[in-house]
Amino acid sequence: MDPAAAKLIGAGLASIALVGAGVGIGTIFGNYLQGALRNPSAAPTQFPNLLLGFALAEATGLFGLVVALIILFVF
Amino acid sequence: MAVIEAAFAEEAGGGHGGGTAGGMPDPMHQFEIKRIIPLELFGFDASFTNSALFMVIAATLITLFSIYAMRGRALVPTRLQSVAELSYEFVANMVRDNVGTAGMKYFPFVFTLFMFVLVLNMLGMVPYSFTVTSHIIVTFALAAFIFLGVTLLGFIKHGAKFLKFFVPEGVPVLMLPLLVVIEVISYLTRPISLSVRLFANMMAGHTMLKVFGAFVVALGFLGGWAPLAFMVAFTGLEILVAFLQAYVFAILTCIYLNDALHMHH
Repeated sequence: MDPAAAKLIGAGLASIALVGAGVGIGTIFGNYLQGALRNPSAAPTQFPNLLLGFALAEATGLFGLVVALIILFVF
Repeated sequence: MAVIEAAFAEEAGGGHGGGTAGGMPDPMHQFEIKRIIPLELFGFDASFTNSALFMVIAATLITLFSIYAMRGRALVPTRLQSVAELSYEFVANMVRDNVGTAGMKYFPFVFTLFMFVLVLNMLGMVPYSFTVTSHIIVTFALAAFIFLGVTLLGFIKHGAKFLKFFVPEGVPVLMLPLLVVIEVISYLTRPISLSVRLFANMMAGHTMLKVFGAFVVALGFLGGWAPLAFMVAFTGLEILVAFLQAYVFAILTCIYLNDALHMHH
């Protein structure tokens, strides 16, 4: 295979990692809403944890994006 | 395909592409570091770059803001003073909640870190400016400094007992060799994950903004409105992310500090 084509395919495959980030962020916000609607008075106290979880979940997906960028621009 | 290959050939040739690659503006062009005052010290390139310039701007802004906002020391704060007090309280609560009162000794460090990363991220949102935190070497230097400091602190506080941090309690002895290795590896990846999280978020966001900006130009006056509307929404999200990543950076520093001080799992 043409190395340039293989590189592009590899970068595309690496960015599939963002699927996991999407699932994770959806789970976090979904579960937060579920909990917040059941017990609205406890919801504001858990808001920092929500943001922390969101950022942690998003970061794992972005690691995949970094791999894609390394493939594209370093090799 | 030929266009892409040409772009790669240009990339491999070490050229910066001059801002365009195959008709579309290069979204990576914004991250280019330019020397403003060339300087060589002991064989190292220690030039004053646009990255250094924005760090100086951020440090100056934070210092001026803190001094100017608190100059009145009024009992009933003015608007500017309440912003300064809010940011102080915000970080102080974060340290108190995550590390406890013993951690308030390290509050100035966490506050400086939070404000520095926050202002750098926010400065990056200004069009035509430079995002310092979108370079992994900057975030990695910050994260490595935190990691080394926190590890040293753990050893100073607990001595050799700090190594017990890597031995989980209440597991069968047979499992220990495997678990200790896993714990040590997960501890050692902390600076990497801390730095890559901030860097990847900032870089991905800014690249995406630039890519959609190119779509607006490419689609022209009639079709450009859809990506433009998306960009407006996405800029709002990016400002949220800029704050959130500074917050996460500071809160993870607090969590690592807590591990070093109290050795809780």
